[in-house]
Amino acid sequence: MLPAWAQPGPAANLAGLQPLSGTEFDLTIGRSQLAIDGRTGPAITVNGQVPAPLLRWREGDDITLRVHNTLDTDTSIHWHGILLPNEMDGVPGVTFPGIRPGQTFTYRFPVTQAGTYWYHSHSGLQEQMGHYGPIVIEPRGTDPVGYDREYVIVLSDYTFEGPHHVFQRLMASSDTYNFQQRTVPEFFRDASQNGFMTALRDRLMWGQMRMSPTDISDVTAATLDFLMNGHGPGDNWTGLFEPGERVRLRFINASAMTFFNVRIPGLPMTVVQADGLDVQPVETDEFQIGVAETYDVVVQPREDRAYTLMCETIDRSGYVRATLAPRMGMVAPVPALRPRPTLTMRDMGMDHGSMAGMDHGAMPAADPHAAMGHGRQPDPDPHAAMDHGSMSGMDHSAHGAPASPASAANDHGAHGGGETMTRHDHPQGPGVANVAMQPVSRLHEPGAGLEDVPHRALAYTQLRSLAPNPDQRAPAREIEVHLTSNMERYMWSFDGTRFSEVVEPIEFTEGERLRLTMVNDTMMVHPIHLHGMFFEVVNGETSHKPRKHTINVKPGEKLSVDVTPEHVGDWAFHCHLLYHMHAGMFQVVSVRPGEAPPALSGHHMHHGDH
Amino acid sequence: MRATLLFTAAAVIAGSGAAHAQDYAHQFYPPEEMEQSFEELRHETGGQRQFFFQTDRFEYQVRDDEETLLWDINAWYGGRLNRLWIKSEAEYSFDHGAFEEARVEALWSRAISPYFDVQGGLAHDFEDGNGRTHAVAALQGLAPYWFEVDVSAYLSDRGELTGSAEAEYELLLTQRLILQPRAELAWSAEDIPSLETGAGFTSLQAGLRLRYEIVRQFAPYVGVEWTRQLGETADYARAAGVDPESTAIVAGVRVWF
Repeated sequence: MLPAWAQPGPAANLAGLQPLSGTEFDLTIGRSQLAIDGRTGPAITVNGQVPAPLLRWREGDDITLRVHNTLDTDTSIHWHGILLPNEMDGVPGVTFPGIRPGQTFTYRFPVTQAGTYWYHSHSGLQEQMGHYGPIVIEPRGTDPVGYDREYVIVLSDYTFEGPHHVFQRLMASSDTYNFQQRTVPEFFRDASQNGFMTALRDRLMWGQMRMSPTDISDVTAATLDFLMNGHGPGDNWTGLFEPGERVRLRFINASAMTFFNVRIPGLPMTVVQADGLDVQPVETDEFQIGVAETYDVVVQPREDRAYTLMCETIDRSGYVRATLAPRMGMVAPVPALRPRPTLTMRDMGMDHGSMAGMDHGAMPAADPHAAMGHGRQPDPDPHAAMDHGSMSGMDHSAHGAPASPASAANDHGAHGGGETMTRHDHPQGPGVANVAMQPVSRLHEPGAGLEDVPHRALAYTQLRSLAPNPDQRAPAREIEVHLTSNMERYMWSFDGTRFSEVVEPIEFTEGERLRLTMVNDTMMVHPIHLHGMFFEVVNGETSHKPRKHTINVKPGEKLSVDVTPEHVGDWAFHCHLLYHMHAGMFQVVSVRPGEAPPALSGHHMHHGDH
Repeated sequence: MRATLLFTAAAVIAGSGAAHAQDYAHQFYPPEEMEQSFEELRHETGGQRQFFFQTDRFEYQVRDDEETLLWDINAWYGGRLNRLWIKSEAEYSFDHGAFEEARVEALWSRAISPYFDVQGGLAHDFEDGNGRTHAVAALQGLAPYWFEVDVSAYLSDRGELTGSAEAEYELLLTQRLILQPRAELAWSAEDIPSLETGAGFTSLQAGLRLRYEIVRQFAPYVGVEWTRQLGETADYARAAGVDPESTAIVAGVRVWF
């Protein structure tokens, strides 16, 4: 079973790609050139390759990775989603000092998990220049997923402009890459379709807030090229199959800034793994993959024909495609880009009921919590919220999740409710342009632009862990973190404070069970990643919550994840959109040793009062 | 064990409000290297400074028989909240072979809300024998409905108080073809004979510029600009035999980086 990863493709820069396996690895960080659809640009590479070599590990092995830095600047490797001792996590300034030019740093750690993961630089903007690669860890026991053939699919983005230039432009003019803004002719089109006053009111409302409904992505195809395993759409990376085979595709979104909508027209996909951990198989036709997420799917092409693997960017400004085919050289039609989605009042965290006509209407109207009256809790004390006797037996999957047993009382996924006014106990200076007054749970939504596609699209509420969750205690306390921004000034932060201004880390205690609630006050979806532990997504499941290292928090959304910190140390917590992190959307979670946990009083702890 | 004890002690100190309570890695790596990389990380995670330069208007104006070169330049250096701004506006008359006006302002700017900055500093008018230095206070930002506004007050070293307010708006005809209306109103607290300026509103300008963004940072444009001197200032103009009202055809380029 030779992974096709190793097979040479039509472009020169794939020629050197090969998987590395074993327990000892030598990785050399250097500069080379990357060729995309015939154009060449500078890259930061691992062993001369973009993506970096596929690392194949085995669960239970102790591995050693020697990383040699031949750059004239510091570098690092972070093992994304891998549970390891804190000092091996590879985040300069947080877990180690970084790898200086000319230096070799040796990572040593035991591999305690299996699945699809990835690795990347955590230094500066190197990730945007090619410093990322896939990891596949074979399980020690039998793989619950049966397949005849597998391909690793690394999605990424690259800019010929250079990442520092991109960041400077964003800081100077945050809509500089948006070439899908609303125009005067579009106003007249809307006016003739919906009536002049409706179109005018809509423009006035957005104008009054100084927000744009077209702010889906701040870095777009205007500067980005989109890659699959290092290939542009013209290169047409091709994976071969024999008709009837079960083909496992391990998708990794290693982009700096790009969410993709992934589909294979004519071929349903069965999702079997999310963020490296097995989930109960769920069949779908399209899924949105946030930056840093991974999904493993199994497809079974039965016909002797080519299929297009279509990965369209969330703002529909560009795409990358590849081909699955029985023989090299075959192609299938490439679907046209669909019209760009636009934001609605829902994305502002505002009451959506009163904005009839503005809304996509894809939401089931009734929020079960609001309907039952306890969405109006003025006091966000988690115990109050978790102890509702009246809630047992209620179906918390009412948002369209697959049938599941009624959740235990502490597992209501939508506890943001549709009616709750959310408190904002964080600084709201120039860096906070908007606060979500009535954020809602959006875990049942597949993501911007997929609300009304004429086929199935995956939502977080459909994910159920294959294995029971290892820690099934109810959370003893809750921490609420707000994702905040001012797009106009290109300021991104947690709780209104950029990391450059943060005075203290968020504190967790080893072994405690806590609920982390996130409220997105911004207009964009953010892939939030916490190092060192997995999020258990509070999506209506009880004992089989999906466990993820990265979770997309949609605009105007309030969602919760449960966490059991097991490894003491300081862990990076950040938005995985590279320029958002660079602009300040970053914090440190300090996991303190287990004695004297501060949470026993049970008080709701609002982080962000600093 | 010792590490754990140390760590617990550190946590207790942190709880009592010491500096950053993030030092787990210090037991594995030299603490001074960790501190240094921590500061680097903080700086590059929201603490960056940068330079910005823009010719909002850089244009050739033809009005009646008079030909003028005008620039309206903004530049700043700084972080997200605090910046040093340099603004310059000047008009060079090809007919007279001299600057009609030339002003440079150096302002410290502080963000006070999501969309507005307050600015304070000095301005200087370079004018032969009639130069002035002003203390400046300004409010600049983005008003609701996407109006870019800049309101400035000037107190000169001769005690004269003047002010100006300008607003710009952008209409996207396409993603690259942009129509920009612009208006500017000037005011003076008193009669300033040496500048042929009367008390009250002194002039009103209204312009319409159509630019094409070949790339976002480089956009040639054409437009018209109408200028009307007001009140006693208009009387000064008439006394000098100049029409207080004029219309110019303009062509220029808008550049930023």
